[in-house]
Amino acid sequence: MNKPSDLKGLVLDPVTNDQRYIGNSEPRHSARRLLEGQGTYIDDIQLPRMGHVVFWRSPVAHMKIGKIHTEHASKMPGVLAVVDGVQMAKICKPWVATLGHLAGMKSAPQHALAIDRACWQGEPVVAVVAETRAQAEDALQHVDVEWEELPAVISMESALDPKTPLIHPELGDNLCFTRSLDVGNVDEAFATADVVAEATFGFGRHTGVTLEPRCQIADYNPGERRLTVYHSQQAPHMMQDLYCRQFGLSESDVHVICKDVGGSFGIKVHAYPDDFATVGLSMMLERPVKFVADRLESFTSDIHAREHRIKGRIAANKAGDILAFEINDLTGIGPYSMFPRTSAIEGNQVVNLVGGPYKHQNYRAHLDVVFQNKTPTCQYRGVGHPIACAVTEGLVDLAAQKLQMDPLEFRKRNVIPDDAYPCSGISGIKLEVLSHEQCLRTIEKMMDYPALRKEQAELRKKGIYRGIGFATLIELTNPSPAFYGVGGARIASQDGASVRLDPSGVVSVLVGVGEQGQGTEGIYAQIAADAVGVSINQVRLVTGDTDVTPYGGGTWASRGAGVGGEAVLLACQALHENILKLAGAILNRPVTELSIHRSHVLDKATGEQLLPFSEIGRIGYFRTDTLPAGFSADLMVTRHYTQKDYPFIFTNGVQASYVEVDPDTGFVKLLKHWAVEDCGRVINPMLVDEQVRGAIVQGIGGVLFEECLYDESGLLRNGSMADYLVPMANEMPDIEVAHVETPTQSSKLGAKGAGEAGTAGAPGAVQNAINDALAPFNATVFDQPITCEKILRALKKI
Amino acid sequence: MSLKKKVSMTVNGVTVNAEIEPRRHLVDFLREDLHLKGPHLGCEQGACGACTVKVDGQIIRGCLFLTVQADGSVVETVEGLTKSGALADLQESFMRHNAMQCGFCSSGMLLAAAELIEKQPKASREEVREWISGNYCRCTGYHAIVDAIVDVLEARAKGQKIKPVVAHA
Repeated sequence: MNKPSDLKGLVLDPVTNDQRYIGNSEPRHSARRLLEGQGTYIDDIQLPRMGHVVFWRSPVAHMKIGKIHTEHASKMPGVLAVVDGVQMAKICKPWVATLGHLAGMKSAPQHALAIDRACWQGEPVVAVVAETRAQAEDALQHVDVEWEELPAVISMESALDPKTPLIHPELGDNLCFTRSLDVGNVDEAFATADVVAEATFGFGRHTGVTLEPRCQIADYNPGERRLTVYHSQQAPHMMQDLYCRQFGLSESDVHVICKDVGGSFGIKVHAYPDDFATVGLSMMLERPVKFVADRLESFTSDIHAREHRIKGRIAANKAGDILAFEINDLTGIGPYSMFPRTSAIEGNQVVNLVGGPYKHQNYRAHLDVVFQNKTPTCQYRGVGHPIACAVTEGLVDLAAQKLQMDPLEFRKRNVIPDDAYPCSGISGIKLEVLSHEQCLRTIEKMMDYPALRKEQAELRKKGIYRGIGFATLIELTNPSPAFYGVGGARIASQDGASVRLDPSGVVSVLVGVGEQGQGTEGIYAQIAADAVGVSINQVRLVTGDTDVTPYGGGTWASRGAGVGGEAVLLACQALHENILKLAGAILNRPVTELSIHRSHVLDKATGEQLLPFSEIGRIGYFRTDTLPAGFSADLMVTRHYTQKDYPFIFTNGVQASYVEVDPDTGFVKLLKHWAVEDCGRVINPMLVDEQVRGAIVQGIGGVLFEECLYDESGLLRNGSMADYLVPMANEMPDIEVAHVETPTQSSKLGAKGAGEAGTAGAPGAVQNAINDALAPFNATVFDQPITCEKILRALKKI
Repeated sequence: MSLKKKVSMTVNGVTVNAEIEPRRHLVDFLREDLHLKGPHLGCEQGACGACTVKVDGQIIRGCLFLTVQADGSVVETVEGLTKSGALADLQESFMRHNAMQCGFCSSGMLLAAAELIEKQPKASREEVREWISGNYCRCTGYHAIVDAIVDVLEARAKGQKIKPVVAHA
């Protein structure tokens, strides 16, 4: 296990007086139960009188809904209700998912259960609730919907053609959002450049495939007129707010509880039609209703992401300076913008991020976000970053190749220097402090780059084709209210922590950000233990409950450590001060003479132990009669934190991939992957390593395996885990991770996010490595997932 | 659908008698009738391994195995194997390496790993990767899981136990 001393380069000053846990690879003690089969996921919860819902979903991409025959299904054993869209709309309002600051964005009203039309294969149309899941599924076979297939918009390429049918005629066209950016003098840069390279990049749709499917239990209690929702979700307060607004309830009437979440990755941060339908059914039936998606439902109704086609070009001069980038991004998002974050954010991020690590001064971008009759897309781990990074880094490699420069040297020459911050990126993004140069130096050493190039050259002589690919990246984390709040979405960018010294001396910490496996609770325990001054096994965490935790945004945009962690630190430091004040009152001594060390109040001068925390708790709660008049012990404090200095705090890093491509079969073997990550202060190196590794493997999934494939009529062709390929252990390489620590000055903790950069960089690194391996054949592939077939086509073998 | 079959089996050391529909899968029986939380349902088609349990000493996919097939058998889940200590070394090693994140795959992964250790005590790192390729993990990237299993294999080869992970004071 890593100790701080093992981690060369972790040289930051301590945050607290007696720092033992922050910066240390402390295991996640609270996760032991998960290894003993004692987690509590939604499907582990069984409530009295609980019904189970299944949905009749649209079997085609676009259809007109005719008469719905429910008589037979309603009479099946155990059936409690069969409900259609018109009935549901009586209690659940429709929604439109747009953001005010995305100028001109539009979408159509969407219902919990489709009315009149269904717009993608998998859209819920009729709900069947029965006493058991099996009974509900049996009854589902007897729901008879009369329907008529309508023309469908499948290809995003033709979505804006006048001949293409309109999905929502009232919107006037199939355009959800468009944005153009033109900075510097792009035309002149390309006209005068020594080298121009261009390529068209394709990105297949993929999806999150959380191992625990989306699921929830809605429990409306008619006696209390109160709704409790157990939800596998990343943002409990956001869902509380949405349930209030869609069903006309007040906040105090809605309680959202998120216990163990079996994978989320952005898939579980959205509000789905079936979420609202399940709540509506519980309110109608006045009993608990459980929804657990089966895997086929997950593939057709979980959000998809990343269907883009980007034409890009780069200009550079002979000296090796990047002069300009230009991109044109077309992306398809399904028939509705997803609620409440909107489906325009992904493309918007691509525009913001292309060329981001580099110091060029000319950039033009155009984005069209179009509707189509496929599953809605929205934010999934990395949101836009993997696309922007693969395009940028693919173009960078093409330019380096034309200049006959080493790709690593070319990057070193062009990244924004480490002493240039704070500064603005060319798209207008504000960059506080990054470490591209240090990261590039670190990865070069880590992978022994010269030796690897030598090995590559020698093997090439023997007909073995290996490639090395790099991807530098920036990632936005710790978002401010400029992300959603200014656009009118009620998604909190602030987060809060309440921390309490219990009578026995245990510290209870209640936080708005929850745990989905990242180790959020683990790092909060580390911060709390150090900041209050107790052992980590004296800290207890409570998250995921809107009734008890401070209001907060939850888990998204890599904000758990940087925003939630800062709130925990501030609250714990305040409690530390209050404990000292109470000790001063008990001992009748000035607080300046006292200090805290490991659950004891000490005489600061001599180090003599004066009071254990258990005594502080005993007197603070049970013998307040012994305290001075008017003194309040205040052994529970709450603090909130919002990052307001920048729209986001950017992180950076670099990845490298080493692959072998078989030119006869097109098969790619991943040999090794390296990552250098700068997430500011590293609170727990082991957990950051595992976030980076897990994210890289998801990125590798995107570049090599994963794609939601549709046929010409808009039917999903691979809606099962046997058909939709995800990375498995055998194909994955070992992944070496190193850290650089450049703390953000926007907080005391200095932590930036670490959850998504791995996914952002891996596709670009692997794509470049494959193209490096194919270089002797003058072949390139920029269409992800890069399959054997695409490689063989590039090699003109098929 | 009302045709029910009587079954009798030992689940985690306890004799269980039940009347169930012949179509009921073993994982549904364990979860819904016996209220066990360890075996999970991820894909319902044998692809992901989250539902892995042991029947008569061999790991099987609980979502592809009918409860009636387990009639007269000894069934063990992560709960029972935790109690008996059979998984203790692996569980400590998984803790030490953070070889789980959301934990949804962990029960199945541990059972698969335990069988590997039993059947291939000299497995190489590559063989570990190959063996656990029937178990899907979306969070960890597998590297830490491989590390954790390799550590147990090495400890076993030396006749050592994996030391319990405790919070450092």
